[in-house]
Amino acid sequence: MKRLASLLLVLLASASAVADPLHVAVATNFAPTCRTIADAFSAATKHDVVISDGSSGKLFAQIENGAPFEVFLSADAERTRKLEEGKRAVAGSRFAYALGRLALWSTREGFVRDEGVLRGDAFQHLAIANPALAPYGAAARDVLQRLGLWERLQPKLVRGEDIGQTFQFVSTGNAELGFVALSQLAVEKGGSRWQVPPDLHAPIEQQAVLLMPGRDDPAARAFLDFLKSEAARDLIERAGYGVPSRP
Amino acid sequence: MNGDIAALLLTLRLAAISTALLLLLATPLAWWVARTQSRWKAPIEAAVALPLVLPPTVLGFYLLLALGPHGPVGSLWGALGGGPLVFSFSGLVVGSVIYSLPFVVQPIQAGFEQLGRAPLEAAATLGAGPVDRFFSVALPQTLRHFLAAAVLGFAHTLGEFGVVLMIGGNIPNRTRVVSIAIYDHVETLDYAAAHQLAGILLAISFAVLLLVFATNRRLRGTPVT
Repeated sequence: MKRLASLLLVLLASASAVADPLHVAVATNFAPTCRTIADAFSAATKHDVVISDGSSGKLFAQIENGAPFEVFLSADAERTRKLEEGKRAVAGSRFAYALGRLALWSTREGFVRDEGVLRGDAFQHLAIANPALAPYGAAARDVLQRLGLWERLQPKLVRGEDIGQTFQFVSTGNAELGFVALSQLAVEKGGSRWQVPPDLHAPIEQQAVLLMPGRDDPAARAFLDFLKSEAARDLIERAGYGVPSRP
Repeated sequence: MNGDIAALLLTLRLAAISTALLLLLATPLAWWVARTQSRWKAPIEAAVALPLVLPPTVLGFYLLLALGPHGPVGSLWGALGGGPLVFSFSGLVVGSVIYSLPFVVQPIQAGFEQLGRAPLEAAATLGAGPVDRFFSVALPQTLRHFLAAAVLGFAHTLGEFGVVLMIGGNIPNRTRVVSIAIYDHVETLDYAAAHQLAGILLAISFAVLLLVFATNRRLRGTPVT
């Protein structure tokens, strides 16, 4: 009994000695990059970071309902704004941390050179992320509208619920080609691709925000500052994103 | 809202077709499993039960690979002249049949096991052939189990999400089922529409289950002759 009590004491003591880790919610497309940034942050500051990833919409709903995240890295600028309006996030803390880039991709070598392939008839399915849900989907719709192909390609469109699923449709060969995030192709060397010029779609501005549970946590503010640092911007660019110009 | 009604009708059609196919497929399978001494019995039972424990997304992912143009099923289907299975209603039917298989096989199997051999052997000594034995003896006595199997298969297909998410492609009138429509409403923060559709699905599911439990009681009450 005595031994059990002392064991409990030791456990309690060690639990309080380790600081509570920082909880970050991040949109799926940015999760791998967030992991590298968090590792660099942990190495520099000794703060542990716990990352939860999901679609921006799901994470938003969880935060609305009191999820204990301190920082939120969204895939868009709308949900962060809504959180701020709803007093779930600290006013004035939002900023763009990355700009999404779009690519038209196929696993077939030499299949995609430029937008020309979209005008031809060499494919049955074109995968895009659902424009109603995913910022990358809305951007893909922009591109197709700008090229005057949106109406004509309707019968061939298949929609992934998020950009991860869209990627899967293409990588398994079920859709011959699709609009994916350039960041997803950073490690994927095969196939053929066309990097979509950013002026063909509205910018995909990915925003970060400080949530209410993190308001008084110096680690949360430090993490957001780190996200703006040159080191982090470098990692973000290398992962296939654009970075917002310095204010 | 029009899109939601289309999704609802599509879902009901998917559940009805899948349930019919499931009953056709599950009956001989359950019959065999219930009566066999084969060493394949356990592996087959385990394989049938897999969808109970696997996350639907795992099942969906394997289906995406298998039904795809480079997958074994997809390329065979294509060679036989079928269109692409993924992103099509037929693909959803295939997925639903696999996904709901244990919900249909297991109740029927339990029915056949409870029935035992005695009534069938008695019928055989009275000169009934195998088909006659099945339709005049086995089927009437296990009707309760068939009903449970059909309703579970139907209800389970109604609520299918993970598999459809993976192989559907969210095409209106073809693969956009209710659960996907609800998911989209939640994701786009249209909670009112999500509530409405989810409420309808809840009501249908409850009504279907209520039907089976009420009928079940009545069937159980009738003396077995």
